[in-house]
Amino acid sequence: MTDLATAPLRRDSLLRAALGSRNFVVGAVITLGILLLAVVSFIWTPFPFSAQDIPNKFKPPLTGSHLLGTDYLGRDMLSMIMVGARTSISVALLAVGIGALIGTPLGLWAAARRGTLLDEIIMRANDLVFAFPALLIAILITALYGPGAVNAIIAIGIFNVPVFARLARGAALSLWTREFILAARVAGKGAARISAEHILPNILNTLVVQITIQFALGILAEAALAYVGLGAQPPMTSWGKMLADSQTMVALAPHVAIVPGLTIVVTVLGVNLLGDGLRDILDPRLRRSRR
Amino acid sequence: MHKNIFVHCFPASTPADRNAPTHQAHGTVEPIATLELRGSLPHTPVPPFPLAARASTLHNRSAMPAYILSRAVSLCLSLVAASLVVFVLLEIVPGDPAALMLGLNATPEAAGALRELLGLNGPVHERYLNWVFGMLRGDFGISYAYKVPVSELFADRIWVSIPLAIYALTLSTLIAFPVGIIAASRRNSATDVAIMGTTQLGVAVPNFWFAMLLVLLFAVTLRWFSAGGFPGWDQGLFVGMKALTLPAIALALPQASILARVMRSALLDTLDEDYIRSARAKGLTRRQALWRHALRNALIPVLTIIGLQFSFLLAGAIIIENVFFLPGLGNLIFKAIAARDLIVVKSGVMILVVAVILVTFLVDVAYAIVDPRLRTSTR
Repeated sequence: MTDLATAPLRRDSLLRAALGSRNFVVGAVITLGILLLAVVSFIWTPFPFSAQDIPNKFKPPLTGSHLLGTDYLGRDMLSMIMVGARTSISVALLAVGIGALIGTPLGLWAAARRGTLLDEIIMRANDLVFAFPALLIAILITALYGPGAVNAIIAIGIFNVPVFARLARGAALSLWTREFILAARVAGKGAARISAEHILPNILNTLVVQITIQFALGILAEAALAYVGLGAQPPMTSWGKMLADSQTMVALAPHVAIVPGLTIVVTVLGVNLLGDGLRDILDPRLRRSRR
Repeated sequence: MHKNIFVHCFPASTPADRNAPTHQAHGTVEPIATLELRGSLPHTPVPPFPLAARASTLHNRSAMPAYILSRAVSLCLSLVAASLVVFVLLEIVPGDPAALMLGLNATPEAAGALRELLGLNGPVHERYLNWVFGMLRGDFGISYAYKVPVSELFADRIWVSIPLAIYALTLSTLIAFPVGIIAASRRNSATDVAIMGTTQLGVAVPNFWFAMLLVLLFAVTLRWFSAGGFPGWDQGLFVGMKALTLPAIALALPQASILARVMRSALLDTLDEDYIRSARAKGLTRRQALWRHALRNALIPVLTIIGLQFSFLLAGAIIIENVFFLPGLGNLIFKAIAARDLIVVKSGVMILVVAVILVTFLVDVAYAIVDPRLRTSTR
């Protein structure tokens, strides 16, 4: 990455490594599939997702025109899953975005000022956020300041900040001891420029892998918040909200709980596999030690 | 940080420079830079000595009280900061608790009198100090909604929450240890692949959904357990434990999956170390080396994760307690949020946070006992 002359060669071998990694291929296919569901839902769903059809309630999957069956109001489950994907994905994505965009610069800043009071303050603040049970505070924030997708994003996002700050600082610290950074300093570059031009590109791989991990956790967190009624509000739906609606109906029609639950499992699994695959490809050192 | 913990704790056994220099999270520290880094490395690169190397233990043992002291100071600071955060977070919540308690038809005078009674009229710093010192004395105030001392509410609930967390943590550890050890000792076998696949799945399952499925199977269909509720410990230990079993399983599953993966990778990492090679060279089989040498060294990252999991279990319990209608601390906080019973929320959250910070502290100390190397690097 630091040597431009080998760049084309590297891209070629990266692609080959990507296609050779089963984790990556499976993960990427699942993740793209779910993204596609969400995108398509904007222009087409099998049925209007909130259209009720009470006579046809609790239809099991694969009966008639309802591929995934209907829920307790006769709404088409597939349409709800597609529209719910929008909420789940956007909440998780924005929450990760908040974490990465605030956390990474904080970590880089702390690393650039390593050993100073500033470094200590930033890292102690991060430890403090870590000390709070994340879900508890997310519930607190959304409950006190009103339920809804935006508050859910903020609540989940806050807990992503220290993750990225720590990761960025840890990785940056060891880079600061390298010769090429020393060379950049000798060339007269300031700490901010070095962080942006030399440190950041070199820790990007690590960050990307972490982004996938946090994204998967974000999907789970959104589902949990929505499940206790603090996520997306009607008429919007999300996978967690579908699970909450199904809670009392499980015994009557198990599929109303199984369908959204499995969707979450498959999505999180897919994103995690993608992350593992990315790590295998991008980080040759770990590829060896992971086996 | 969970997955990356190995990156910090266990330098890869290959010299990092052999591979492409894309990024190195922990290269060797070069002399020039060492001068200005003075002790500021977050996870000091640890030389790959085994615990068995006790040459420097004598010296380090004297460092132990100093290490604990420095962790204790940091513990106190964290507690103060955490209490400030909780206080401020609830202080800026819109709405007047007195008006809420009295309902819509309350006269302003009545609300004012109640505010006075609840001690809501004093200056902010006074209310903060009253709250903190009250908690230190065991006085958590009077619940706005239940009109009883908050400490009484907590005292009842804590006997559900703590046993549940311990039960789940025990289950998770009991599952994860053998599973992780088997996977590591049969690396790349069909068993290993199956175990890794299962744990990958376990990490992806939302625990409240898993809880619903457990209820469907074991309570609704098989009728082995009740679907929820808690009869109380006075019905006998067995009855109480039985009521907590499904919730504990639901809480433990994702944690066990994570822990088993950590256990496996930590073992594999230690198995790569030079001292394992020496042990093998002396004639130990791979399995003997694993049990006698690798396991103890692999426990360090595993301990961290167990400590972290306690916090997940406490928070995750809020949701699980809701699924099973368990009268635990999380359930109380959740109801209190809905009822705007802010004093219960404030102290309840604080108790959970204190528990988490305390556990982190204990894990840090346990670290130092397990691994003498860490005593000197007091971060």
